[in-house]
Amino acid sequence: MRHIFIPLYAIIIFLLFWEFIVWVNGWPNYKMASPSDIWPAFWKFKALFFQYGWDTLWRTVAGLFLAVILGVFLGMIMGFSKILREGLYPLLVGFNAIPKATVVPIIALMFVGQHDLNTILIAFMISFFPIAVSISIGLSTLEPEYRDILRSLGASKSIIFWKIALPKTLPEFFGALKVAVTLAFIGTNLMEIVSPHGRGLGALFDSGKTNADYPLMFAVLIALAILGIALYYIVVVLEKIFAGWAERSSE
Amino acid sequence: MKSNINIDAIIIDSVSHSYKTDTGLLPVLKKLNITIPKNGFTAVVGPSGCGKSTLTKLISGLLKPDNGHVYLNGEKVLGPKPIVGMAFQNPVLLEWRSIIKNVMLPLEIVPNNLSEIEKEERARSLLHLVGLEGFEGKKPSELSGGMRQRASLCRALVHKPEVLILDEPFGALDAFTREDLWQVMHKLRQEEPFTGVLITHDLRESIFLADEVVVLSGRPATNQYSLQTQKLKNPKLDSLFSDNSIEMLKNLRKQIEIAQVQQGEI
Repeated sequence: MRHIFIPLYAIIIFLLFWEFIVWVNGWPNYKMASPSDIWPAFWKFKALFFQYGWDTLWRTVAGLFLAVILGVFLGMIMGFSKILREGLYPLLVGFNAIPKATVVPIIALMFVGQHDLNTILIAFMISFFPIAVSISIGLSTLEPEYRDILRSLGASKSIIFWKIALPKTLPEFFGALKVAVTLAFIGTNLMEIVSPHGRGLGALFDSGKTNADYPLMFAVLIALAILGIALYYIVVVLEKIFAGWAERSSE
Repeated sequence: MKSNINIDAIIIDSVSHSYKTDTGLLPVLKKLNITIPKNGFTAVVGPSGCGKSTLTKLISGLLKPDNGHVYLNGEKVLGPKPIVGMAFQNPVLLEWRSIIKNVMLPLEIVPNNLSEIEKEERARSLLHLVGLEGFEGKKPSELSGGMRQRASLCRALVHKPEVLILDEPFGALDAFTREDLWQVMHKLRQEEPFTGVLITHDLRESIFLADEVVVLSGRPATNQYSLQTQKLKNPKLDSLFSDNSIEMLKNLRKQIEIAQVQQGEI
């Protein structure tokens, strides 16, 4: 019960404090909306919130899904082949170094009108890097004894991968996935805000800006926070299921 | 598979091996000869870095010798064979599997016609033998270092290998745990006959466990000295303090020093 009530109290105290600060300073809602402005703003557009929330969610997950596939693939080939690692690593680092905000307008122009594709692409591009790096490090640092134990029994490379290399890399993979899910979410929103006539919570945020509906903008922020938390904890639950063994029990 | 009692189980016949390094070839083994009779147990000692671990890889078929041959049960070793079991200083247990599932791992790879229940029975009886009953369902992280090494020995033996290769399996354990495990080894040898090769840095361990101790010279390693220990069936730890044992230890110690000096000169 404590695990539920303590965070809940913290949230309530935070909201009260927020309300108080706005009230005591007499800020108008275009400067800083207060929690009491946000609920009406949400209620007014609740249908759009759910519809656009869903858009943002599935695009993020789709982008992340692509990132997992390509990230694991790149990580595997870099983990198993030293030559490919040396060749690909600088390219990946260079690609990752480009701030994705600058790529957003390029992609938006490149696939103009294909809003879903644009958004998924950015979510994917921003999030595959940590996955690729974690898998490659996990595989390349596998102690040789683990391989020898199976190899001396005549096990094939693929058996070694499935029985040892893959499960041993799972904790690193989930660590990276927690970072990647947050990044993908940022990517989705960047594109939704920039793309004209877009959908998704980012677009709703942008329309709040153009219509000077400031409480709406704040309501979108809260909705994004809730969605972000949900995505993060989904990964945490998956981690517990598939790589729970890596957690040292504290007892 | 031939299993003639008259055939020597392991024959290392004039084996030489070198590694390629940036500065050229580094010879590690030179015309090494070791013969181990069926169900014999030989310890190999020598200075650090003289090529002992290379030897284990050559016997298990993970490496091919540049020159000479290795025979297991009269058959030339051309690659890894499932009649070999291995245990290292690092127990390398899979953290995501329970102890019993770890022990059963070789049975998932080596061809056999055991049912799932028979595999489990086999693993369970070995764990019982090394004193790990009640720990079958535990994860490796819940066990002490000595217990993990016991489980690792069970895994090395679960598929009834004819040859057991031990590469400093007790090197990382404290002295008392190590002595416990020496006795476990004697028990295993009686219940689960195998031909053994033990790589070690511990001379007491070598004379307590092995029938023959081979001292390797400094790199490139070759036969320098060999000692037959008069093996009792189930020796007590006290036997290490007998005059005979102390004489053997002094003798071995002297040989190691010679090898170390030789390695330093290269």
